[in-house]
Amino acid sequence: MTDLQTHATEIHEQFSDELDVSVEEIHERLETLVEEYKVPVEEARRSVTSSYLDDAGMDRDSLGGGGGGGNEELLVADIDTDEQWLDVTVKIVDLWEPRSDSIAQVGLVGDESGTVKFTKWATSDLPELEEGAVYHLENVVTDEYQGDFSIKLNRTTSIEELDEEIEVGDDSAEIEGDLVDIQSGSGLIKRCPEEDCTRVLQNGRCNEHGEVEGEFDLRIKGVIDDGDDVHEVIFDKDATEELTGITIEEAKEHAMDALDTTVVADDMREITLGRYYRVSGPTFGRYVLADDFEQLTDPVDPEATLIRARSI
Amino acid sequence: MSSAPTREVARRVFAREFNDATYTFKESDDERAPVYALLPTGERANRIFIVGTLTETEDIGEDDEYWQGRVVDPNGGTFFMYAGQYQPDAAGMLRDLEPPAYVAVVGKPRTYETDDGEVNVSVRPESISEVNETTRDRWVVETAERTLDRIERFEATTGDDGGTPHEYVAMAQSEYELPIENYRRTVVEALESLEDEQSDGEEPPEATA
Repeated sequence: MTDLQTHATEIHEQFSDELDVSVEEIHERLETLVEEYKVPVEEARRSVTSSYLDDAGMDRDSLGGGGGGGNEELLVADIDTDEQWLDVTVKIVDLWEPRSDSIAQVGLVGDESGTVKFTKWATSDLPELEEGAVYHLENVVTDEYQGDFSIKLNRTTSIEELDEEIEVGDDSAEIEGDLVDIQSGSGLIKRCPEEDCTRVLQNGRCNEHGEVEGEFDLRIKGVIDDGDDVHEVIFDKDATEELTGITIEEAKEHAMDALDTTVVADDMREITLGRYYRVSGPTFGRYVLADDFEQLTDPVDPEATLIRARSI
Repeated sequence: MSSAPTREVARRVFAREFNDATYTFKESDDERAPVYALLPTGERANRIFIVGTLTETEDIGEDDEYWQGRVVDPNGGTFFMYAGQYQPDAAGMLRDLEPPAYVAVVGKPRTYETDDGEVNVSVRPESISEVNETTRDRWVVETAERTLDRIERFEATTGDDGGTPHEYVAMAQSEYELPIENYRRTVVEALESLEDEQSDGEEPPEATA
């Protein structure tokens, strides 16, 4: 097949459901543009595709990026735009239980740059992805929710399993700065006890399961600020106990005495706010999960800064 | 790009520069848009983080409690902060703390004009916590570094070959006529006083001839 025939066949595939048009007709239109009008092939393809989109009353998004390798191949860590069509080569890192019938599969995919959430719709009728396998995914679209990106597989996505291994990057970050805030939702909290639901209760209610008898947990949603950048950090129960020296038992006791759970977060603020910390751990959206941390208590030496200040 | 609201970074600034930051502005016409103080070294500040010595607290309110606190940095420059009923945690801290004490303060810059037309700059604290001397020392060095970063950027855009000046450097140049050299000297003095304190603690004082 010539180049133009390949394009014509691909365009035909995109519209075969919607329009009664033959490969030959498409080829002819492409040929006219390319050979008579000296339009570059990609531009010709775009032009022909546009006219069929109009005929079919479709918009370009429903086609994806045009298929046929017209997309940019990105590393998942470089995804920073909503509703962008792209190709990725990823390993299925984790599969989660879909929360809704409209979702066929949901989980985490990754490449050497890190990981990103993916969703595969039930309606897109795509083959089953297996955990640990590596795939080349063509024509996926990005989605953004509260600053976190994910990718969605759709009807136009092509999936090719590759016989190769990917060392998935761990997105880990190390940050250093001052703990300038402990946000609401920190301290002694209650979580929904339903299986696989760990939502934090608001006034004794779970968003999903309504009024439930919650289970106590400790956490800190903190803000570490170095004067240039701001990072949100989550300390889980163990990290919170280590950071503050307050155990969950002591926290419960204090809350019980005060008849108020918010006193626990106040205790924690008093112990930690304004201090400098180094925190490292995996990133999850805009959060860094504090796997490892230390308070910076070593005396600092002003000498190097003084030399710098005098040399300006 | 991300549409999630981003938290304002807490700038590091010594009292001398902060108290010169009398010009404030907004980036949009929205009533709730954040107000920024313009630092003379060319940066906008909607939040600051300071660590220093709390030297005095006083309830200056008439009917309701309204606390004033003075926090002094190593140059002897003073940050004034005010906390009333809308900052109950900070007001409570100012009520309870016994000066002198090292405190870490996260807060918002506020300006007010006195009857004789002078603009005073102060801090409305979001949180105040008592910290130790090593935290204070770390803040001094960090604030020195951040201030030098700003000074270097300022100087880089004031030369003839500077190209397009940084937005807030340009704003500082048009709003203020303050010698940047003052802030470099503040940095040097702060670091020198830190060195003196540290050597006082480690070695006996040298005999004078």
